Amino acid sequence: MKNIRKLTVVTGHYGSGKTNFSVNLALDIAASGNRCTIIDLDIVNPYFRTADFGELFKEHDIELLNPVYANTNLDIPSLNIPLQSILQSGSYVVIDVGGDDEGAKALGRFAPTIREFDDTEILYVINKYRYLTKDPEDTAVLMREIQYSAGLLCTGIVNNSSLGTETVTQTVRDSLGYADEVSVKAGLPIRATCAVADAMPDEAPEPYIIHRYVRTLWDNQ
Amino acid sequence: MAEKSLMKGNEALAEAALRAGCKCFFGYPITPQTEIAAYLSKRMPKVGGVFLQAESEVAAINMVYGCAGSGIRCMTSSSSPGISLKSEGISYIAGADLPCVIIDVMRGGPGLGGIQPSQADYYQITKGVGHGDYNIIVLAPSTVQEMADSVTKAFDLADKYRMPAVVLADGLLGQMMEPVAFDDAEIVMSDASKKPWAANGHGNKREHNIINSLYLQAPELEKTIKVRYERYAEIEKNETMAVADYCDDAEIVVVAYGSTARLAKSAVDEARKLGIKAGAFRPVTLYPFPKNELNEAVKNAKKVLVVEMSMGQMVDDVKLAINCSRPVEFYGRTGGVIPAPAEILAKIKEMGGEK
Repeated sequence: MKNIRKLTVVTGHYGSGKTNFSVNLALDIAASGNRCTIIDLDIVNPYFRTADFGELFKEHDIELLNPVYANTNLDIPSLNIPLQSILQSGSYVVIDVGGDDEGAKALGRFAPTIREFDDTEILYVINKYRYLTKDPEDTAVLMREIQYSAGLLCTGIVNNSSLGTETVTQTVRDSLGYADEVSVKAGLPIRATCAVADAMPDEAPEPYIIHRYVRTLWDNQ
Repeated sequence: MAEKSLMKGNEALAEAALRAGCKCFFGYPITPQTEIAAYLSKRMPKVGGVFLQAESEVAAINMVYGCAGSGIRCMTSSSSPGISLKSEGISYIAGADLPCVIIDVMRGGPGLGGIQPSQADYYQITKGVGHGDYNIIVLAPSTVQEMADSVTKAFDLADKYRMPAVVLADGLLGQMMEPVAFDDAEIVMSDASKKPWAANGHGNKREHNIINSLYLQAPELEKTIKVRYERYAEIEKNETMAVADYCDDAEIVVVAYGSTARLAKSAVDEARKLGIKAGAFRPVTLYPFPKNELNEAVKNAKKVLVVEMSMGQMVDDVKLAINCSRPVEFYGRTGGVIPAPAEILAKIKEMGGEK
């Protein structure tokens, strides 16, 4: 992805692929020689979380910060994350937020810090193939709910439309018109069209080749 | 079939319920099945249905009891500890011969256990959950599409036999995402029109219908139960389902259900690549247990391996089903730990599958 900001906040619908996108972004930042911190702010989802990739992050010198919650003995998340000092340290930061407006509530606590920081991008990840966001209007409405809940305004759209392992070029191609419509309705630019290397259509705007890190044990490696 | 969507297992269960005409959902949140309730809270009002978050699991299952008595399709969902709380209500519903669907997305136990996937409630679910002589139908899907299809099937079987039907999943199935398709048919909410037994208002046109599970005269209770068991015999004869892969020439048949069956299938695929004659058998109905299908699948096998996310529960039903005609071994992980295909393959090799 071009022009990655110092702070990238990743929001979206449940299961739109925020975590996989965030992991890709963090790895790319690290690969270009920059310090990167990834913050798992998902207080909603107990499985398939950013924090599951601890080993991968360690390998690439990416610092992982996650709330004390899922997979611990806490039922209520504790968000003990010094965002301001991390940003002051000069590290790039990727924040993977939980799904929908419920998940975005956790962002509210950090909203003042995020608003004050001047090199910020707040991305809204969309997936045409998610059942409740098939319609561009519904997708745009959900973005407003997330913004209201987080106390922050989104700045760009990430078209992450996919059918998981069944994604082919046509799958992504069929989502381009949808992404354009969401972009118009939201009044925001498309910052990236994500696809695995062999599924990226030539005409995709802002193509961003990603890898599938979030997978089940029986997926073909 | 309409175009495919990417859905979480829990969402597919919920959407499928709506499409089966489930008009009322009564639930209470618990990880890892809360998305079912969250999803229905958004969707139910849009299609003219009822979503109600009860004050507890006990309240929710008793709301299902009442609603089912009126002949309307209804459902509740929970995860392991919540199902324990519902056990009394499930027994009452079975004792009153009422149809309903219950979803159990299993997590680690006992007690509060953990929030990671588990299959340690096999005994609980397949042996009726609550007190008394009775059975409930148990379907165990292994993909998100099959989870959706199982809900439809569960409602149909529940109505057909007037008894509770369970769709049994685990946290892994509930949380993972896969493409799923629903047919384009319009959603039609159920009513009691084909249920002459329903207590939905007699309108001075017929006798009262009474919903009850209390029989103080022992011979009368015995007779009621025996009639019920005639239905169970019919179910055991007609409603078993299973999937067998590479079992015809298999020397080792690996038996597993739900998400574990996919892990086992991966291991069996690997074994075949190594020239090991392994087969995979997946019971789709856990009650009725597919005994005939299993006996057919193991007819050329020297050994049977059962794999579960538990300390070994279905393994007993496997031994009973084949009458211990072959050695049955077990491999399992528990407490929320998922058995990896490589571990299962190692066990297949250890059992003599090494070429």
